[in-house]
Amino acid sequence: MGHPSLITIENLRFERDDTTVVSCDQLHLDVGEILQVEGPNGSGKTTLLRLLTTALQPSEGTILYCGKSIAQCRLEYLSDILFIGHQSAVKLMLTAEENLLWMATSELSSTAVLDALEALGLAGYSDIPCYKLSAGQQRRVALARLLVSDARLWYLDEPFTALDRDGVKLLEWCMSDHVSSGGAVVVATHQDLDVQGVRHYPVLGETLLRACP
Amino acid sequence: MRKQASNSFYAYLRRDLLLSYRRLGEAASPLIFFVMASTLVPLGMTPDLASLAKIAPGIIWVLALLATMLSVGGLFAGDYQDGSLEQLLISPQILVMPVLGKVTAHWLITGLPLTLVSPLLGLMLSMPEAGYLPMMASLALGTACLSLLGAVGAALTVSLHKGGMLLALIVMPLYMPVIIFGGATVQYGIDGLIWTAPLAILGAMLAAAIALCPLAIASVLRLTSIN
Repeated sequence: MGHPSLITIENLRFERDDTTVVSCDQLHLDVGEILQVEGPNGSGKTTLLRLLTTALQPSEGTILYCGKSIAQCRLEYLSDILFIGHQSAVKLMLTAEENLLWMATSELSSTAVLDALEALGLAGYSDIPCYKLSAGQQRRVALARLLVSDARLWYLDEPFTALDRDGVKLLEWCMSDHVSSGGAVVVATHQDLDVQGVRHYPVLGETLLRACP
Repeated sequence: MRKQASNSFYAYLRRDLLLSYRRLGEAASPLIFFVMASTLVPLGMTPDLASLAKIAPGIIWVLALLATMLSVGGLFAGDYQDGSLEQLLISPQILVMPVLGKVTAHWLITGLPLTLVSPLLGLMLSMPEAGYLPMMASLALGTACLSLLGAVGAALTVSLHKGGMLLALIVMPLYMPVIIFGGATVQYGIDGLIWTAPLAILGAMLAAAIALCPLAIASVLRLTSIN
């Protein structure tokens, strides 16, 4: 037996209204890996990510974090993950800087926040309320969290939405930099990633299996 | 350095106050409702001072209750819609402190201003002077109870798109003891009785609500997110 994987999924199932939304028999995620969750709309990508973040409880099966069940080491696990979902949790009435300071799990210096915003091309926008920013810029504010967080595991749900070409490149660079420095990424997207060593994981919920026999 | 539990209380308190400050018009609407509705009472019922004085304590308390209930529904709605609530649920901390911070912010934005302008309403409804202090004391404690209890209802209905009516049905029965003892405090004050007795019961209710409601809200929020 080698070192336990960062994340191990065993016989994970999630049911809603007697339909299996997510079914995942075996899945390992190691440090340095980017896992791309793929599948058509409604196939359960978001549900799988939400199961991984503990926002949803699985109907069956377990998720292991470094060999321990995440229910047992919940706080330790939660402080090692960063989730950016469809809804970016950016407060429109707050400025970009306030949003970042607010969302960070650890104490941040103002310069760290400004550096992160600058890295994402938001220099000069840090003191403008986010409702005045474009959709892509709001997405960049949410993604700036990646740079100020010390979490090892990133869960990104459709992170490329509304981003322009440079933004996509930037995010791909962030992901490869993160995995090369000892992190791991699970990303749900339809986009082809231009990053080395992406592993693909197709999901296909039973809903769809039934719909197209 | 990781944030401490007390920090998350202040962080949420500060953020919610800042958010209301940025949307002052929306934040002030319970107060405006409170004042406007009370000016309608003499117009709709009777301008006779003696009859107004009789119903003033009840009217003020009913309006304070409705103003709180109208605003409490939105307590978690914004966070639910933009995903902050989900981030809160998966953050490595105890939920109770942020929840208490949010409710405290709600009271500072609605309950406290209602308490502070209530003497103006007393004046408009020609309430006897002896009732002013009991009214402010009972409103200060009572609106805090209303915010806490209302937040339980808001948490229960947060995932429903039109939860307003259901919220009222859930919260109304919980509000009844508060309004009974709140109204009694003012009436006792006017009648020259010992008004601190019903006030003490309101205080006991608030103490129980502070201890229990955040726990209820936290577990309800966890439940609503599961589906």
